[in-house]
Amino acid sequence: MMELVLAVTAVALALAAAGAIIRIARGPSLLDRVLAADVLLAILGAALCIDMAVNRHLNNLMLVAAVSVIGFIGSVTVARFVADRREQPSES
Amino acid sequence: MSPEQNAVDTVIDAVSAVFMVVGALMSLAAAIGLLRFPDLMSRMHAATKPQVLGLFLLLAAVGLQLRTWWVWPVLLVAWIFQLLTVPVSAHMVGRAGYRTKHLHRELLSTDELEAVVVKAAKAARESESDGGNRTAG
Repeated sequence: MMELVLAVTAVALALAAAGAIIRIARGPSLLDRVLAADVLLAILGAALCIDMAVNRHLNNLMLVAAVSVIGFIGSVTVARFVADRREQPSES
Repeated sequence: MSPEQNAVDTVIDAVSAVFMVVGALMSLAAAIGLLRFPDLMSRMHAATKPQVLGLFLLLAAVGLQLRTWWVWPVLLVAWIFQLLTVPVSAHMVGRAGYRTKHLHRELLSTDELEAVVVKAAKAARESESDGGNRTAG
């Protein structure tokens, strides 16, 4: 049963990653790309969790935590940067 | 291994398999939402699915598969950390998206932020016309 679960989740996660990458490539604004990159990191964390569950080990747990930290810091930093840069001309 | 133990193992395996499949489908739902929704705000709504519920289901599947009690606090800490950071980054992205006008105004039902933004812009203009006198009012 685990092989079937692994195949189904691998297909779903691959399609999800493809969708997120398409949105990164096409996204009209920088914030859309940041959001899609965040989703891509979440998909990576999901793949690491499924690997841990199917093969019954805990080696990836720190990596999952690190991936979520990177997504958080990255999106907050870019959001802050965009707000500072684009606010000035719109107020004048 | 006794027959009852075997049956319990099968049930736990089935539950964790369902959790894993649903958790992966959360990621797929987020990708479909990212591709089909029209503007940044509705895409943000779709993007939080794999980060909160999907990660919860997958961490629960890991805990069910390992069958030792001490992994549950570790997995709980990982999930709570995600719960604390996701609203902060969503707030920052939404704030920046509103102020850089990346939204479809006709899709909003209420806009409670507009008055605040207009007031802040007015205050900034007034403090600028004071000759750069930066007194906090």
